[in-house]
Amino acid sequence: MRTLSRTDRTRRAASGVMTMLTALCTFVAVGILLIILSYIAMRGLGALNLRFLVDTPRPVGEGGGIGNAIVGSAVLLLLSCVVGIPLGIATGVYLSEYGGGMFAGVVRFLVDTLTGIPSIVTGVFVYAVVVLRMKHFSAMAGGIALALIMIPIVARTTEEMIRLVPHSLREGALALGAPQWRVTLGVIIPAAASGIATGAMLAIARVSGETAPLLFTAFGSRFFPRNLNEPIASLTVQIYNYAISPYDEWHAQAWAATLVLMTLILSINILVRFLTRQKF
Amino acid sequence: MKGKSKKVKGKSEEGKIFPFAFFLLPFSGWRRRLSPTGNTGDTIFRAVMFAAALFVLLIVIAMIAALASHSTLSIRQFGFGFLTSREWNPVKDQFGALAFIYGTVASSLIALLISVPLSLGIAIFLVEQAPHYLARPITFLIELLAAIPSVVYGLWGIFVLAPFLRVHVEPPLARWFGWLPLFQGPITGIGLLTGGIILAIMVTPIISAVVRDVLSAVPNTQREAALALGATKWETTLVVLVNGAPGIAGAVILGLGRAIGETMAVTMVIGNRPEISPSLFQPSYTLASVIANEFTEATADIYLSSLVELGLILFLVTFVVNAVARLLVWRVTRRTAGVGMAV
Repeated sequence: MRTLSRTDRTRRAASGVMTMLTALCTFVAVGILLIILSYIAMRGLGALNLRFLVDTPRPVGEGGGIGNAIVGSAVLLLLSCVVGIPLGIATGVYLSEYGGGMFAGVVRFLVDTLTGIPSIVTGVFVYAVVVLRMKHFSAMAGGIALALIMIPIVARTTEEMIRLVPHSLREGALALGAPQWRVTLGVIIPAAASGIATGAMLAIARVSGETAPLLFTAFGSRFFPRNLNEPIASLTVQIYNYAISPYDEWHAQAWAATLVLMTLILSINILVRFLTRQKF
Repeated sequence: MKGKSKKVKGKSEEGKIFPFAFFLLPFSGWRRRLSPTGNTGDTIFRAVMFAAALFVLLIVIAMIAALASHSTLSIRQFGFGFLTSREWNPVKDQFGALAFIYGTVASSLIALLISVPLSLGIAIFLVEQAPHYLARPITFLIELLAAIPSVVYGLWGIFVLAPFLRVHVEPPLARWFGWLPLFQGPITGIGLLTGGIILAIMVTPIISAVVRDVLSAVPNTQREAALALGATKWETTLVVLVNGAPGIAGAVILGLGRAIGETMAVTMVIGNRPEISPSLFQPSYTLASVIANEFTEATADIYLSSLVELGLILFLVTFVVNAVARLLVWRVTRRTAGVGMAV
């Protein structure tokens, strides 16, 4: 075998070193994830108990819990789903089924750009349009803010998922004489349903962690929600308020609330992962 | 699939739908354009879907209009000087955005300095080097990093990262590089450096996901050609990187957009003081965090209006940044279908 010249050896060594470096980068990122998750698990479990999950917040030293925040977050998520998911899916269907023209191009571009607009700006917008008009913070305003964040995410995944449906399915339905709208509603959307559901779930996971747009729309509350016209508590705002407070007890509660929130978000992500793995 | 198609069957008779479509008759010229098939159901369906798409367009227009109209007070009073004044004094009703613009730019730059090499490394490892059985689960783990909410990063930043930096990182930096203005002043663990590092962790999964898409979109013939010419694995990777360069630039700009708009985590660790100091150890303030902190406290009209103007600046900047990024990424990934939805 030919012996390698010096330049060749350096080239090979450089290649090896760079490969190691890229692996190291990946290792660092995964390491940070594991560190963060283990801190949440360790510190969260310490303050977690059944009463904490059902009680309302109390003054320092008296315990208290996040029951109202859990219910509040659920209400806000439900509201945002009711508004955001149908609008997002409809926009996605429009983009995939009638998406050839100028208007659709503009909308597609806006949907893409909207996903990058800071959520705090969405909060300011909803404050200006809804809260100022109603003259008070409300669960409604919070739900709308979250819905606005959801729409572009759902629209984009819906469009992509419908694009994945094989063309033969569409042609077959049209050949049977079905009008365009029945093809879309009865064949295309059901075929892409699991993908669309995946997108919706990811959108839910994303907005369930949003804090910034809720600060001055849903605001927060110390009580269980009674109607949608009042300020409402949410897990994320509660975590924020407790984290920046000066009390150790509230810090511990912030970690416990984070554990609850992360359990929800991680299970959605893992479920989505599991579902898409069987599909594609 | 079966369940859905059954539901549709019930209202499939066109006769049943037609009476409800009466209001569409005046638009019959339109109708032909909207639905070339001339089917009434098609017209209605298309109109409904169109309405949703139109709604998205209207939201963007309404956003610009609402932000602009609520900041007119401050725009009139301070004019262009709003961007160049560093005074932010609610007591004297004097408002200028320079300190926040500085804090936003500085923290985002720190974030990019750290996260760009890291993300490139991750993307190269996952696309070019790792075997499939390893790449799939690691991709998922990196994606999880993007799923962690901002407020959780902030909590971790306050109680884990900031104390760690205060004890183990900032003192050595001050000792060895204290002659640089970057590393002077009291060490608290809360400040520009901590904010930048938290941001770096948060944008890394976003940049690496887009770079991954870009690298996978580079045709394999490029790799084969480089290998056939005797290039090593790393040299082949360089060829791929050059091919995907515009897309990688787009990914970085996309990360920049995220860093600029990130709110909660930064607010919790950056110290929230509107000062311009060259030192990375000093507290700072960003556009997004001043809105988060002071919006509910703003009682005077001019105060609120100034905060909304900060929001308008944030909106316009992130809009342009995102638009540029999307165009760059699209230039590379349009060759392959179905990419670009990663973020």
